[in-house]
Amino acid sequence: MKNFQVAIIGGGVIGSALAWELSHYKINVVVFEMGSDVASGTSKANSGVIHSGINSPPSSLKARFCVEGNKMFQSLATELGFPLKWIGKYVIAKDEDEIKELERLKTIGHKNKVAGLEIHDGLIVKKKEPNISCIAGLWVPTAGVITPYECTIALAENATENNVRFLLETKVKYLKKKADYFVIGTNKGEFQADVVVNAAGLNCGEIVSMIETPDFQIFPCRGEYLVLDKTYGSLIQSMVYPIPNKELGVLGVHITPTIDGNILLGPSAEFIDDSYDTSTTKEMMKTLFQEAREIIPALPEDTAINAYAGIRCKLASQKTGGWADYRIEESKRNPGLIYLLGIESPGLTAAPAIAKEVTQMISRRMNLEKKTTIRIQAIRRSRFSEMSLDEQSTLIQRDNRWGRVVCRCEQVTEAEVIDALSNPLNAQAFSSVKYRCRAGMGRCQGGFCTQHIVRIMEQQFHKDVKELKLKSPNSHLFIGNVRREI
Amino acid sequence: MIEQTADVVVIGGGPAGLAAAISAKQHRANRVIVLDRNQWLGGILPQCIHDGFGVEELGVSMTGPEYAETYIEMAKSQGIMFLTETMVLRFNEALEIIAVNKKGILKLKAKVIILATGCREKTRWYSMIPGTRPSGIYTAGVTQALINLYNIMPGKKVVILGSGDVGLIMARRLKFEGAQVMGVVEFLPYASGLPRNVVQCLDDFDIPLYLNHTITYIAGKERLEKVTIQQVDHTMTPIPGTEKQIACDTLLLSLGLIPENELAKTIGVEIDDHTGGPLVNQRLETTIPGVFACGNCLQVYDTVDMLSFDAKKTGQYAAEYFIRKKAIGQNSKKGLIVHAGVGVRYVVPQRISTYGTIHFTLRVDKPRGATTLLLTAGKKEVLKKKLLGVNPVSMIRIDANISAEIFMAANELEVTLCDN
Repeated sequence: MKNFQVAIIGGGVIGSALAWELSHYKINVVVFEMGSDVASGTSKANSGVIHSGINSPPSSLKARFCVEGNKMFQSLATELGFPLKWIGKYVIAKDEDEIKELERLKTIGHKNKVAGLEIHDGLIVKKKEPNISCIAGLWVPTAGVITPYECTIALAENATENNVRFLLETKVKYLKKKADYFVIGTNKGEFQADVVVNAAGLNCGEIVSMIETPDFQIFPCRGEYLVLDKTYGSLIQSMVYPIPNKELGVLGVHITPTIDGNILLGPSAEFIDDSYDTSTTKEMMKTLFQEAREIIPALPEDTAINAYAGIRCKLASQKTGGWADYRIEESKRNPGLIYLLGIESPGLTAAPAIAKEVTQMISRRMNLEKKTTIRIQAIRRSRFSEMSLDEQSTLIQRDNRWGRVVCRCEQVTEAEVIDALSNPLNAQAFSSVKYRCRAGMGRCQGGFCTQHIVRIMEQQFHKDVKELKLKSPNSHLFIGNVRREI
Repeated sequence: MIEQTADVVVIGGGPAGLAAAISAKQHRANRVIVLDRNQWLGGILPQCIHDGFGVEELGVSMTGPEYAETYIEMAKSQGIMFLTETMVLRFNEALEIIAVNKKGILKLKAKVIILATGCREKTRWYSMIPGTRPSGIYTAGVTQALINLYNIMPGKKVVILGSGDVGLIMARRLKFEGAQVMGVVEFLPYASGLPRNVVQCLDDFDIPLYLNHTITYIAGKERLEKVTIQQVDHTMTPIPGTEKQIACDTLLLSLGLIPENELAKTIGVEIDDHTGGPLVNQRLETTIPGVFACGNCLQVYDTVDMLSFDAKKTGQYAAEYFIRKKAIGQNSKKGLIVHAGVGVRYVVPQRISTYGTIHFTLRVDKPRGATTLLLTAGKKEVLKKKLLGVNPVSMIRIDANISAEIFMAANELEVTLCDN
């Protein structure tokens, strides 16, 4: 079918959350994602923080959707089965001036109706976080962490189970307005939709320019991260933030414990020209480390095991202070075209609330009737490494592929790799396997499992080695066979 | 749950595990079981199709698969039991092992455990090389498996970082299969692989070796497009202005090997920071009684020949441990600590619990000319040996007699180099 009522451009967390929300209604929805999987841009490379709402000015959309989204996350996590930990956060002050900043943040938080905020003196902070150096800290109990791609994948896969079409590796090339519908041209052919939602993140400007002259500009702002070895996972228990950097409109380099027990340092903030340039730099690795030491003075050297970067989609330039509110609106020139612009931090937190808002907007254009039955993927993918011996034994008796460990570092079995590759989105890049079952995520970084996963793809999914990709449409892994098999 | 008992359980069926198992059996251990997580035995030997294996030990040059086959047949003919595609999930100080395979969960109770878990390759993130994260970056060993075991060609235009032996051998292998090998980049002023491999794998094929260079940037949006190499000074700091870009679609990393001891660490086996392997005594027993170590998880060896030689010792000591436990004084309180002194990177064993002739293996910190190796106990000289030239790539092996008198009087031994 090529005719849809709603077309969403972009399978990041915003597009996926909206797709999931709309999957509850009796309408046809399609999502165009140019990457080989959902969450292949900014939604994959961020801190994974569920923010409380103390950082955005009261009455801004950022504040509203952050606070609303925060309240929705627990039920979302429970329903979709992705892990969420309410570990809380400290914003710390190093001197008297900074304590004033804590007071200011607390006031903003109160205005935004964030519960449980308390300013603790240095000794109390020290009791809870012995490795932190500060004279006071603002305790924010309603901040949590998730694994951002897990959440996006869960939303998208569940939406697919409920009949939303996700088209991967599908890049929108043109957009035309007809009498009462839109024509969307892609590398996979033409589609029609009554309503088009632009959730293209960093590419939202490019999409708008296809149909009208944009009245905004995107200022990509790169954030680099360092991932620390799990050995250092116990350095802190909650997130620790410095006083936010007002010049760049960002929260500053903070320290975040992840769901999987690592620690993240970052992100940096650097305005760049190329919105695809997710490279990391030696200079920034050094800077991140130095800034993290301002928070944890005893942070040992050489503790990083990985580095990556994500790019913020900002509507304000560095010169104007880097802060602008979200724009969630319908085009005046092309009614039926909905823009979601500048959805940077706290975009992950805001996603479910933005999805509700956009659903409201869509309901003004078409009749949205709730489905009577919804298929819910109530439990997260089973993980061998988290089961008891009895559970493991039982599963192996039922299907012996549970007894073959393919990824030794994370103890992922063949059954889990096959399940990951059989995902409803049909995402079959190497990273799709990694993000679904953790194969290749451990300390050997795929040294052991790459060959085994390749064999599974070849033998059980009948893939030619030339087709295998790391993470994106042109990230081919191999050029072919060494020689023809006899 | 399937429950079994054994005299000796060997974790890992690579060359070290096989040699240790055979030797344990020859020294009167009855039930010897070898566990391996792969479908095959021999560890990485089956992918090492070049020759040169067995020269020092058996006097014949064999390929990796041939060498492995020799040991596998010997082991099978002696009645050693094997469980392949079997992964150890955990074990404890009571020497109970929980493992898994397609038949189910296994519980093995052993009288002695030999760790032969091998090593893993260092990745890009070991050196934190900045840049993008494209496809086309592989470790040398993974590439060797892809080409030699799975008939898969990773790329056409290759740069190799690190001049370890696997990297050198893969330079030649890729060239044979029609790839362009743009060069091998090594941050040290000398190759870290064996000299014979530099000649046979690089020089003979006109592959450039960039010494005192490293890769400082990786570029490529989806597939690797180019790398930046840069000269380093004597402190290993890149020198500004010496950047050079090399276009390539594949980067092979041969940055060295890390002994794989994650399992051992879970039960508190103490690890030597310098070898990356367990701290052992002269009988190659770790700090957990009844747990022995051999092969590349103990220390990374230069050749399989020497590895097998030492692993057989481990097998023997492990068998003797439970057959005549009391006779070897395992529980003696007295012990000497062995230190790596000036010029020495590490020494194995790190502890000595009895007197007698002790076999030491060690590596020096950097290449040197003629030098003298000294083994001292306090101010007393135990052994003095002149060496013509030393290099960290070549392990040094010495036997020293620690007399009862020295053993009782001293607390520490030290191995140092004294340049002539």
